[in-house]
Amino acid sequence: MPRTIKTAQITKTVAKLCAEANRSVGDDIYAALCDARRGETAPAAMMALDMILENSKAAGCEKLPICQDTGMAVVFVTIGFEVHVEGDINEAINEGVRQGYKNGYCRNSIVSDPIRRVNTGDNTPAVIYYDFKPGDKVSITVMPKGFGSENMSAVRMLIPSDGIKGAEDFIVETVRAAGSDPCPPVIVGVGIGGTMEKAALLAKQALLREVGSVHADMFWANAERRLLARLNELGIGPSGFGGRTTALGVHIMTYPTHIAGLPVAVNIGCHATRHKTAVL
Amino acid sequence: MQPVNVTTPISDAAIENLRAGDYVLMSGAVYTGRDAAHKRMIELLDSGKKLPFDPRGCAIYYTGPCPAPPGRVIGSAGPTTSRRMDAYAPRLMQEGLRVMIGKGARSEAVIRAIRQYKGVYLSAVGGTGALSALCIEQAEVIAFEDLGPEAIYKLTIRDLPMIVAIDCKGKEWS
Repeated sequence: MPRTIKTAQITKTVAKLCAEANRSVGDDIYAALCDARRGETAPAAMMALDMILENSKAAGCEKLPICQDTGMAVVFVTIGFEVHVEGDINEAINEGVRQGYKNGYCRNSIVSDPIRRVNTGDNTPAVIYYDFKPGDKVSITVMPKGFGSENMSAVRMLIPSDGIKGAEDFIVETVRAAGSDPCPPVIVGVGIGGTMEKAALLAKQALLREVGSVHADMFWANAERRLLARLNELGIGPSGFGGRTTALGVHIMTYPTHIAGLPVAVNIGCHATRHKTAVL
Repeated sequence: MQPVNVTTPISDAAIENLRAGDYVLMSGAVYTGRDAAHKRMIELLDSGKKLPFDPRGCAIYYTGPCPAPPGRVIGSAGPTTSRRMDAYAPRLMQEGLRVMIGKGARSEAVIRAIRQYKGVYLSAVGGTGALSALCIEQAEVIAFEDLGPEAIYKLTIRDLPMIVAIDCKGKEWS
């Protein structure tokens, strides 16, 4: 017998995750920001980091969103093979976004058409990705993605001869060109391999990894370490005010790819890179 | 860092005293405006109409605030990326705009306009919208209410922290 999950439960969960994700910085990111603050000596960089840390406390105490850009809601849903969702799950998720953004005093930042640009008034629709795995659980992650950082992201279709050096140079160049626009210190999600859109999706999923965690594959762990060192030599610094901390982490995810290709996607996350997960 | 206190309306002399890299605590009235409001303001000027506020000597804060929770005048309201307003800023400076507050770099054309009209561009700390909200004492929508978060608000701020990113001589802080 499949386990039944009602759409009302999904709506309630998504609403809660939207409001909470917008008000709280992850413990991993907060710890990385504190470490960064200890490593800075430039007064402007220290001031910016102090304000960023104070802001996350203020958001918690005053129940205000961390940032006025409460993002486009990106929702990752993983459904167990043995789960039956009763009803329209797409609509249930969008209703959750509607309620969560309203009750959390979040900004409505979505326009219905990218050129004609009329605000939908309730922050829907969300961008939803479904995945399936064994089991009888449903996991839901809400990532409110701000566009200061999203706008500075990039995909490039490299070729095999570009190799690891070509990939690393493209990643560094993307972060350098972003400057202070994406609200550094940033978290850099990288997707390498697959097809164009697969690389982009991996780059976004890579932003969900815990900051400070080490890649399981030594080859990629070394690449991440090299990249983080190079990024922190760019001198952009917190809020673009200069200093040693341009990035808090570089997270790479890979996928098999075609004999002719080397897709590389870079998704930049701001110093809050908000996300919350619940398992039903 | 030793702050310079600045209150709007800001005199030409006060602008000329600001140097790239100065740490500023800004108080007084500022108008919000971002992409959609800027587009509309330029359309008004192009059709010979007046702006919804007197631009002479004024300050624009590039932000689209969150709605006000109970007991507050406004929600989170940090700076947005200024680059997106580069296409419109020189025209508004021609009309009298002198102070721009946002985050990130500006175009050559904006830097030229800052030099020509003796304006100033200040960078607030991106992603600290909750703290910014605590520096806002009054908020009132004065135009384009239909744009929601992109409407023009008149905000009264107190000691909003920022750094002079481009001074009136066009010198960039980096």
